[in-house]
Amino acid sequence: MISFERVSKRYPNGREALTELSFEVHDGEMVFLTGRSGAGKSSVLKLIALIERPTRGQVIVNGDNTGKLPLRRVPMFRRALGVVFQDHRLLMDRPVFDNVALPLIVTDTAFREIEKRVRAALDQVGLLGKERVAPLELSVGEQQRVCIARAIVSKPPLLLADEPTGNLDATLAAEVMGLFRRFNEVGVTVVVATHDLHLVRDSGLRQIVLDDGRLGSSG
Amino acid sequence: MTDGLAAVASLSTWVARHGHALVSTAGHLGRHGLATVLTEVVMGLALALPLALNVLVRNVRDATGDFSEAVGLSVYLKPEVSEQKARQLTKIAAERTGVASATLITASEALAEFRTQSGLGTALDSLPDNPLPNVLTIRPAPDAASPSQLEALRSYLLAWPEVDSVQLDRDWVLRFSALLELLRRVVLITALLLGAGVIAVVGNTIRLEILNRRNEIEVTKLVGGTNAFVRRPLLYAGTLYGLLAGLIGWGLVAIARASLAPAALRLAAAYGSAFELRGPDLTELGALLLTGMALGWLGAWIAAARQLARIEPRTA
Ligand SMILES: Nc1ncnc2c1ncn2[C@@H]1O[C@H](COP(=O)(O)OP(=O)(O)OP(=O)(O)O)[C@@H](O)[C@H]1O
Ligand SMILES: [Mg+2]
Repeated sequence: MISFERVSKRYPNGREALTELSFEVHDGEMVFLTGRSGAGKSSVLKLIALIERPTRGQVIVNGDNTGKLPLRRVPMFRRALGVVFQDHRLLMDRPVFDNVALPLIVTDTAFREIEKRVRAALDQVGLLGKERVAPLELSVGEQQRVCIARAIVSKPPLLLADEPTGNLDATLAAEVMGLFRRFNEVGVTVVVATHDLHLVRDSGLRQIVLDDGRLGSSG
Repeated sequence: MTDGLAAVASLSTWVARHGHALVSTAGHLGRHGLATVLTEVVMGLALALPLALNVLVRNVRDATGDFSEAVGLSVYLKPEVSEQKARQLTKIAAERTGVASATLITASEALAEFRTQSGLGTALDSLPDNPLPNVLTIRPAPDAASPSQLEALRSYLLAWPEVDSVQLDRDWVLRFSALLELLRRVVLITALLLGAGVIAVVGNTIRLEILNRRNEIEVTKLVGGTNAFVRRPLLYAGTLYGLLAGLIGWGLVAIARASLAPAALRLAAAYGSAFELRGPDLTELGALLLTGMALGWLGAWIAAARQLARIEPRTA
C-alpha cells in the first residue's frame, strides 16, 4: 500500500529532511512513525499525502507514484486518505459541522448523507452535540478530535495521523488510539506519527523509527 | 426508469454543488459591504460610459436620418463638350461600379428650366450663347457612399479631360458622417479599454478574496477538493459582480437620459423637429448585462487560475 524507495526530501530552503529512506507499510497494517522532533515524521506523512513530492526516490501509495502523479489526479488521490494534521488545519471560524463535512462536500455527497456521517464521526470522537460550535471556542484537545472526525468521516482506506494525541490526556489518548485500532480491525491502513513512546510500547505494533531523516534501529 | 432516477440524482447533486457555491458567493458579497458597493460603482461607471456613447451615437444617427440618399456629385463639363459627347460620358459614368445612377442635364434643358423658374423669359434670348454647361448628376450606390469612396469617385471624374469641376453635394453631410464614424470608433476603443478595466477590477477583487481565504482553499484541496470546486464560488462571485455592475451602469445611463431629455426636447423643438432623446433599448440592456457578466466571469477565472496554481504540491 505504501512504499518508500530510497526517498530523499530537500526543502526549498536547502534543508534535507529525509535521506535515502526506504520502508513499506502493507495493506491493512497499522504502524507507528517515531523519532525525535525534527527527525522527519511529518515530512514522511506529507510525502504520503502528496502535500510534498520527493526530491529523489519513489513514493508509491495505493499504486500511484506520487512524484509523477499529474496535478489533475491529485484530488482523487487525496480522497482515498484521511489525514490528521499536526497543526489541525481546521477552519477556526466555521462550525464544527462544516469542518467535519468538508471532505464529503467536495465529493458532492447528498446533504442527508453528510448529516448522518458527520454525526457518526463526531460520536466516535466524543463530540456529539458540538456541531454548531466554532473550533475557536473548543479546547486544543477537542480541536484535535474535530480533526480526527474530519479524517475519518469519508471512511478512507488509508488514515494518516500526525501527533493525534499530542494535546490529549492519557485517558483521551488511549481512547483515540482505540478508535484507530478499531478502524484498523475493519481493514483501514493506519500510519501514526508520534513521540509518545508509552503508547507505542503498549500497543505492541510495529514502529518505523526515524533518526535525522534516515531509518533508525526499530524498537 | 433507471435513467430517470439517475437524472434526479444528478440534478440533486447539481443543486447541492451549486447551492453550496452560491451560498458562499452571497456570503462573500455580503461580508464586504462598503468595499463591494464602491467596486460595483466603479465597474458600473466603466460599463455605463461606452453604453452612453453608444446611445448618443444612435440618437444622433436617428436625428439626422439616413444620409446616403442625400449625397450626390455634380459633374460640370467643359463648355466646349458637345451634347453627344456628354451622353457618352453619362453612360460610362453610370456603368462604373459604386454608381447607382448618372443623369445628364444638358445645357439646353438647364437653360429652359432656368428660363421658366427665373421668370427672365425672353431676356435670356438675347444671349449669344448658352452660358450653362452640360452637367452630370451622379448618385452613389448606398454601399459605396462612404466619404473616402465618394472622394475616390470625385478624383476619378476630375481626371476626365472633358470635366471642368466636380462638386460634392452637401459636404457637411460627409463631414458629419465621418465624424459619426470616428465617434463610433471612439466608442469601440473606450469599450475595449474599460472592459479590460472591469476584468482587472474583478480579477483583483477575486485575488484578494483568494488571499483572504487561502487557508480555507488549502484545506479544501487537502481533503480532495478539485480546482473546479474551489473556483466555482469565485466564478459565481465574479459573474454576479459583473451583473450588478451592468445594472448599475444601465441605471446611470437611464438617469443621465432622464436629466438630458427635457433639454434635448427644447433643442429639437427650436429646430422644429419632433426628435426625442431615447434611452438604451432592450438589446443594449441585454448586451450590457451579458458583457458585464462575461467580463466578471473572465476576471474571476484569470485570478483563480493564477492564484490556485500556487496552492499545489511543488515538484522539488
Ligand atoms: N516546509 C519546510 N521547509 C523547510 N524545512 C522544513 C519544512 N518542513 C520541515 N522542515 C525541516 O525538515 C526537518 C524535518 O521536519 P519534520 O516536520 O518532518 O519533523 P518531525 O519529525 O515531524 O518533527 P516534530 O516531531 O517536531 O513534528 C526539520 O529540520 C524541519 O526544520
Ligand atoms: Mg511533525
